[in-house]
Amino acid sequence: MADELLMGAYICKGCGIGDRLDCGQLEQTATRDGKAKFAKSHDFLCSAEGVAMIQADIDSGETNHVILGACSRRAKVEAFNFQNVTVSRANLREGVIWVRPDNDEANETTQEMADDYMRMACAESKFQKLPTRSGEQELNKNILVVGGGISGMTAAIEAADAGYPAVIVEKSGELGGVMGQLHKRVATTTPYAEPEDTTVADLVAKIEAASNITVHLNSTVTKTAGAPGRFDVDISTESGATSNVSIGAIVQASGMKQFDANKLTEFAYDKSDNVITQLELEALAKEANGGPIKRKDGKEVSSVVFVQCAGQRSDKEGYLPYCSGFCCTASIKQAMYFKDANPDVDTVIMYDDLRTPGAGGEDFYRAGQKKGVIFTKSTVSQIDANGNDLTINFKDEILNEDTSMPADLVVLATGQEPNSGPNPYALDEAKKAAEEAGEEMPTEVEVTVDSILNLDYRQGTDLPHLKHGFTDSHFICFPYETRRTGIYSAGPVRRPMDSLQSTIDATGAAMKAIQEVENAAKGAAAHPRSGDLSFPSFRIEGCTQCKRCTVECPFGAINEDEKGFPSYNESRCRRCGTCMGACPVRVISFENYSVDTVGQQIKNVDIPDEFDEKPRILVLACENDAYPALDMAAQNRLEYSAFTRVVPIRCLGSVNTIWLTDALNSGYDGIILMGCQKGDDYQCHFVKGSEIAHIRMSKIADTLETLNLEKERVATYEVAITDVQRTTDLINDMAKTIEEIGMSPFKF
Amino acid sequence: MTDVVATNETILVVGGGVSGMTTALEAAEAGKQVILVEKRAYVGGRITQLYKYFPKLCFPTCGLEINQRRTKMNPNITILTLAEVESLTGEEGNYTASVKISPRYVNDKCTSCGACGEAVETEFDDEYNYGLSKHKGAYLPHRMALPERYVIDPAMIGTDDAAKAKAACPVDAIDLDMAEETVELKIGAVVYATGWRPFDANKIQPYGYDRYPNVITSVEFERMNDPMGPTGGKILRPSDGAEVKDIAFIQCAGSRDRNYLKHCSRICCMASLKQTTYATDAGAKSTIYYIDIRAIDRFEDFYKNVQADENVTFIKSKVANITLGENDNPTLQGVDTEGYNRYATEHELVVLAVGMEPSVDVSTLPGDVSVNEHGYIENDGTNGGIFAAGCASDALDVNRAVQSATACALKAIQVVNRVAGSEG
Repeated sequence: MADELLMGAYICKGCGIGDRLDCGQLEQTATRDGKAKFAKSHDFLCSAEGVAMIQADIDSGETNHVILGACSRRAKVEAFNFQNVTVSRANLREGVIWVRPDNDEANETTQEMADDYMRMACAESKFQKLPTRSGEQELNKNILVVGGGISGMTAAIEAADAGYPAVIVEKSGELGGVMGQLHKRVATTTPYAEPEDTTVADLVAKIEAASNITVHLNSTVTKTAGAPGRFDVDISTESGATSNVSIGAIVQASGMKQFDANKLTEFAYDKSDNVITQLELEALAKEANGGPIKRKDGKEVSSVVFVQCAGQRSDKEGYLPYCSGFCCTASIKQAMYFKDANPDVDTVIMYDDLRTPGAGGEDFYRAGQKKGVIFTKSTVSQIDANGNDLTINFKDEILNEDTSMPADLVVLATGQEPNSGPNPYALDEAKKAAEEAGEEMPTEVEVTVDSILNLDYRQGTDLPHLKHGFTDSHFICFPYETRRTGIYSAGPVRRPMDSLQSTIDATGAAMKAIQEVENAAKGAAAHPRSGDLSFPSFRIEGCTQCKRCTVECPFGAINEDEKGFPSYNESRCRRCGTCMGACPVRVISFENYSVDTVGQQIKNVDIPDEFDEKPRILVLACENDAYPALDMAAQNRLEYSAFTRVVPIRCLGSVNTIWLTDALNSGYDGIILMGCQKGDDYQCHFVKGSEIAHIRMSKIADTLETLNLEKERVATYEVAITDVQRTTDLINDMAKTIEEIGMSPFKF
Repeated sequence: MTDVVATNETILVVGGGVSGMTTALEAAEAGKQVILVEKRAYVGGRITQLYKYFPKLCFPTCGLEINQRRTKMNPNITILTLAEVESLTGEEGNYTASVKISPRYVNDKCTSCGACGEAVETEFDDEYNYGLSKHKGAYLPHRMALPERYVIDPAMIGTDDAAKAKAACPVDAIDLDMAEETVELKIGAVVYATGWRPFDANKIQPYGYDRYPNVITSVEFERMNDPMGPTGGKILRPSDGAEVKDIAFIQCAGSRDRNYLKHCSRICCMASLKQTTYATDAGAKSTIYYIDIRAIDRFEDFYKNVQADENVTFIKSKVANITLGENDNPTLQGVDTEGYNRYATEHELVVLAVGMEPSVDVSTLPGDVSVNEHGYIENDGTNGGIFAAGCASDALDVNRAVQSATACALKAIQVVNRVAGSEG
């Protein structure tokens, strides 16, 4: 019963569809051409009665593959939410009547458009199967936290507090990380006026008291195999003793280190004990414990200068180009250490832009001013060390003069660098940079850091870097987006941040880890195809072990087995279909999205012969940006060519070239691929899908030549969701091009 | 009568902007029941009124589409629009929320076909475009509005146009008798994601926003640059509609100032840098008057690019006041602190980078919730099962607001898991 294909077609006459189209004919097209078991029309399909009619047919077993000829698949989603059946939607409203003029002249081609969309929806339905849970993993609530600093401790505590046991792996002999080295932290609550306790002792106590948090000190992760819901992790101590744990999801909170101040030779860091970093000052403050702070030679500091952006926000070779986001407020805090012990100490902060944002930031800045901290917009050029004496040479930007001043102590705000593992794409990126610069291709890159996760993944041992070594998400709307499903980075390893943001970040990462644990148990995908149960499978007999799928998967979801065949991991997969698009022998498919579900749509369009002067333009539109743009064009009643046939696809990366070859062979006159922006500022929701498609399409020019077809017949565009007018124009441009170059010679 | 199922294992999210939607989605996708209450007729909040985001200069509707898709497909989320929390009482794991739902006058049969909009003529101030344009009395708030339903402006009720709208609807979706209702919800945990509103520039007397037509706010300037906005994407002077070629941005307008808002709103530096790219694209020159440019952490890259744009000049100065020059040109007066030169410079258009005030309505909160002097709810661990996400908790950019909202989802889940645990 469950396997029998029972296609039922339902056509809505509402929203003007019944006025503009011959629904009787659409019913016939569905049954005769589309091979639906039956077809019915209804005046108002999304109404309670319309939905009930369909549900009754489903309940009585009349249909298990529902085809709806109505509005866009993006509309009335809650109304047409039918369980345990496949649903295929022919877009007759936004896709046909809203983009074609309502006049006699256009009627014929408008009907043809609608008939074709019914055929396409039936063809798609025929080849769809209802996705079922993979069963590859069960509910595994254990969360691995790599790093025991404030971010790691927070992630573990928050996860455990929600009922998810946490395992912390910390490289050093104690919890606390960089935070543990601080004397105090910047104020985090109103009135934001005084340095506060770091909370490290509290967090450690909470962890020790928690029954569901385990801590491994002096340890690292030496292997991470498997997938979310079934990570198989080895944790080893320095001496080599290894324990193995089964993990549901991972939070990497490996933290930060200071920029190496030895590089700042102009600031005499290497020459004088009295030029120190912020962390070194914290150590002196801890020693002083509220009393006057003494420098290394024992002298009580009576004047201190803080140099902001030391080695940062700089284009100089070896310096950090970014801002670390925390040092301005940190320096104010440190100036307060001096002032609180002795208000007569001269504390001067030399800055370029003083960055104390937010509600609390400004209050803390004012509190510093109130305590007598002096702020000057100045650029320090050089620090001279003469024995124990220091002279700071600087340009006062306000007074516009070069001058100097002495100080007992100088504190350099050097910022942070992330403790990320090696970038798995370092070589790819180096090659790309060399290509753009016209230099020789490198064959390898030096690996200077140890792996943190030791992922047993074909595509590399660690989380990819975004920029400057940070494992950040590229998306503004989705800060926890990760290129390795089920592994979330948090804290300063992800992006430069202060400790308060780190605790919020860690809590957020723990949330995503927990969510992934729950979804892996269900076999459901993570963002952006949240809830999707379908996952790729392949026909091993046809596989040629070309490895394209394992290499091109943007998420490294596919490993290779001992024989070299791809080994899929459902919970690492984001269901984009890039693997399917990559496969030259087309052995990869999803239950409800395959070479056939799209290919058969393309083949079931009626292609009139060349004398009818009715071309066919195929548009493969990515469902994330392009398809919504086309829907919105329709909403605005923009018009495009009657000969357009749009097929929504998951990602441009899933486009298999066979679709284009089949389309051209069938006699389509033009093909447009519309996907999201690629490149450095990519918008592609699957990271590389759009980019990969563009590369594949550039090779299609060869195919076109062999077929003796003009290059202009196939065009690939990057579109944005706001390209409402532009997507319309691109289609109409293609129609014009076809008029100029003539119809395809491949029509029958 | 609105039927809502809620128990003390349900999470209430107050506010359906990007933060509220994120909290709701992250919790719902982890299996929790969520009710999202939004004051406007649609979700998405103020990000729907932005043309582009910094630093990628990408479009807010891109992420919104994904979030709306996730929302539509998730049965764990119930959205109540035109809804406001009037009171919240109780304690962690056991709250009662009283929610007032104002009538939309359009029921769920609506297919957004647009027939009612075509039929009516009266127009009202469009809050979406900050009053710079008008919308019809029956309207769709914006192209991607969710719920996908038209709205009847309450001011049109009782008029002929209202009857016309009802007559025009082919599916009987317009109900002119729809009444305001109040629902009482049992709730386990609450996340306030009530967002922000732009500081009222009228209060900054020296800048003449209330007197000079060519002094506008950053949010108005943003709408102007949207091709779908009130001026079709053109930068036009309010006084005479002429295209603008010389723009001044005044940072910290009404912020970091004891006379107005004491706090720094964090985003205005980056927002103005972003807006100079709009200006450069339109062939206009920009001058940014600033105290500190707070392009923090990775945003430094974007700042560098704008600094390299020769159409943009930076002057470290807090503008003292604005007077009117010739041709309605605002004249900015102040001292350029790098070198101490006084200036009185005419510009064609002045954009005040106004700060964000939190939209927290303290009267709806239980009395013991920590709210600081700036109006933000502090997540200091003493608020029981009440948490603040996004700009209800601090002045944040979108990325950090989403980060905060994701964290709040977990805090709320901890509360309802405790309830579930204690109930066996």
